[in-house]
Amino acid sequence: MADVISYREAVAEGIAREMRRDPSVVCLGEDIGEAGGVFKTTVGLFKEFGPQRVWDTPISEQAIVGAAMGAAMTGMRPVAEIMFSDFLACCWDYLANEIPKVRYMTGGQVTVPLVVRTANGGGLGFGAQHSQATENWALTVPGLKIAAPATPADVIGMMAAAIRSDDPVVFFEHKGLLASKGTPPPPDHVVELGRAAVVREGADVTLVALASMVPVALKAAELLSGEGIEAEVVDLRCLVPLDVTTVLTSLGRTSRLVTVEENPYQGGWGATLVSVVADEGFDLLDAPVRRVAGDCVPLPFADALEERVIPTVEKVVATVRGLAAY
Amino acid sequence: MDPAALLAAYEQMTVIRRTEKAAHDLFLQGLVKGTTHLAAGHEAIAVGASAALRPDDYVFATYRGHHHAMARGATPEECLAELMSRATGLCKAKGGSMHLTKASTGMLGSYAIVGAHLPMAAGAAWSARLRGTDQIAVAFFGDGATNIGAFHEALNLAAVWKLPVLFVCENNLYMEYTPIADVTAVARPAADRAPAYGIPGEVVDGNDVVAVQETVARLAARARAGDGPALLEAQTYRHFGHSRADPATYRPAEEVERWLKHDPLDLARGQLAEMGVAEAVLGEADERATAVVRKAVEAAKAAPPADPDEALTDVWADGGAAWRT
Ligand SMILES: Cc1ncc(C[n+]2csc(CCOP(=O)(O)OP(=O)(O)O)c2C)c(N)n1
Repeated sequence: MADVISYREAVAEGIAREMRRDPSVVCLGEDIGEAGGVFKTTVGLFKEFGPQRVWDTPISEQAIVGAAMGAAMTGMRPVAEIMFSDFLACCWDYLANEIPKVRYMTGGQVTVPLVVRTANGGGLGFGAQHSQATENWALTVPGLKIAAPATPADVIGMMAAAIRSDDPVVFFEHKGLLASKGTPPPPDHVVELGRAAVVREGADVTLVALASMVPVALKAAELLSGEGIEAEVVDLRCLVPLDVTTVLTSLGRTSRLVTVEENPYQGGWGATLVSVVADEGFDLLDAPVRRVAGDCVPLPFADALEERVIPTVEKVVATVRGLAAY
Repeated sequence: MDPAALLAAYEQMTVIRRTEKAAHDLFLQGLVKGTTHLAAGHEAIAVGASAALRPDDYVFATYRGHHHAMARGATPEECLAELMSRATGLCKAKGGSMHLTKASTGMLGSYAIVGAHLPMAAGAAWSARLRGTDQIAVAFFGDGATNIGAFHEALNLAAVWKLPVLFVCENNLYMEYTPIADVTAVARPAADRAPAYGIPGEVVDGNDVVAVQETVARLAARARAGDGPALLEAQTYRHFGHSRADPATYRPAEEVERWLKHDPLDLARGQLAEMGVAEAVLGEADERATAVVRKAVEAAKAAPPADPDEALTDVWADGGAAWRT
């Protein structure tokens, strides 16, 4: 294997590793076969595993996720692709009402081991209906696990954990990270769901970020370091299970918290995290918490407008400066 | 159906009818909460279809699914205990009337979002194909579901992938309170749509258990042989309103009368008599059914109430509900 791998290639590699390991893993989605996916995140799968395990579907989001659910209930481990995360709304019934409730309302009779993968987030100028960060939609639904990796190694390790999970996982692949590169992980690399990672250590402030906001937080931390402020950066990696322990432990060192979220402030995951911190970690804080989040508008098209709405390095730096002076 | 099979089907339909009557009575006594959607009048579809299926086939039903759950092996006691919020309920009292499920017998659930389970049935059929079994899947749904997007997506997917799945519409002429004919541009809301998907669409008298069994057996054999899905429209009528809250006053009296005369139980009795089965034998079947349901009511009443701690179990496969560390 090459010594670098892109995030995009890591998606296909992560799926391929699991398909080699477990014959019950099958893929379905629009254009995922011969075409390799609109984001080229399934390149090579059709060639290696053939049409019996990599299925092109019609443009039928409900049928894709509904059929994946039926297959998962009866012995398969389907990996369903929803092209853009905005389109999850077309099959929201399955994500909000069917998949996450069936185990519970049947008193534990049914297991739904499936993965719904989707390209999430903005930054590429795709306009309002192809750019939203929607992981917070899923966060409102009890019964879904939510993964959102930030690096190629995590894509592979978390894909393994997601596919092996007996619970349904919504797997957010960030469009803005697809071209980013990293070291490919060793064989059988598994990143347990619900484990955040401290990706930079620092004593002055904790920045908690997810997916595309991780590199933003890291860049902000670098700039702040030049000003004598050392930020610790936590990559949350999963929203459910939510690794509160790692965040509280980090706060024990830094006593200041900033969340960096691409999703709109209103209803964003940072609100949940911050409320848990207020409940259980109030004594750890020496300053108010701050949330840098998207504005509550449909994501606009032009770069300048998009940047105005989504958190940027500058916005994070400014927020941390203000907090350090508190 | 030979006389023995038809007698068994008759007895099963009678058990289902009386269990639903018991559910109704228990509601009036304040022992059943929420709502129920009685299937009285639809029994021949569940029982006839089940008689044509294998025990390892999959079934997906709707909130009007008492009959399917029982036809696929759920006992009256489990069902009534579920409706009465008992710990011994079919789904530990977490499902209720609208979600009767017995996965161990292939009854993979009752879904209360209209039409949602049709793609799931297609997926279960896909899974059977992938695993190399010759199981089939069946989705039962109402006429109202034929105007839902998921219906059309499931039919197309099943057709292009040639999946072993049967879509069985229980056309009882009404959605909730609106006649299906008022909101659908074709006369037969299910069968008339089949040609658009390139699959067979058939109509059957859904109150005739023999006709249902024979039709489903034929379509099931076809699906099992790899010839793909089919859409069956079983014409029937519900004896009561849509749900508990509905007195169904919107239905013309002569229509109700005509359909009540075409009761699936009476029809089966007539067929059995024609086959030479004695009245006394039918009487014994009735008595057995009465006894089974009476015992079920007593057992469900005597069962312990649901344990509140169970509210925080079964979200995840490990049995728990934790969303954080
Ligand atoms: C998606 C959705 N829309 C509306 C409802 C409310 N609703 C419940 S049952 C029903 C009527 C369904 O009629 P039909 O499919 O003919 O089934 P039947 O009740 O006749 O068995 C409606 C509108 C629902 N449960 N799901």
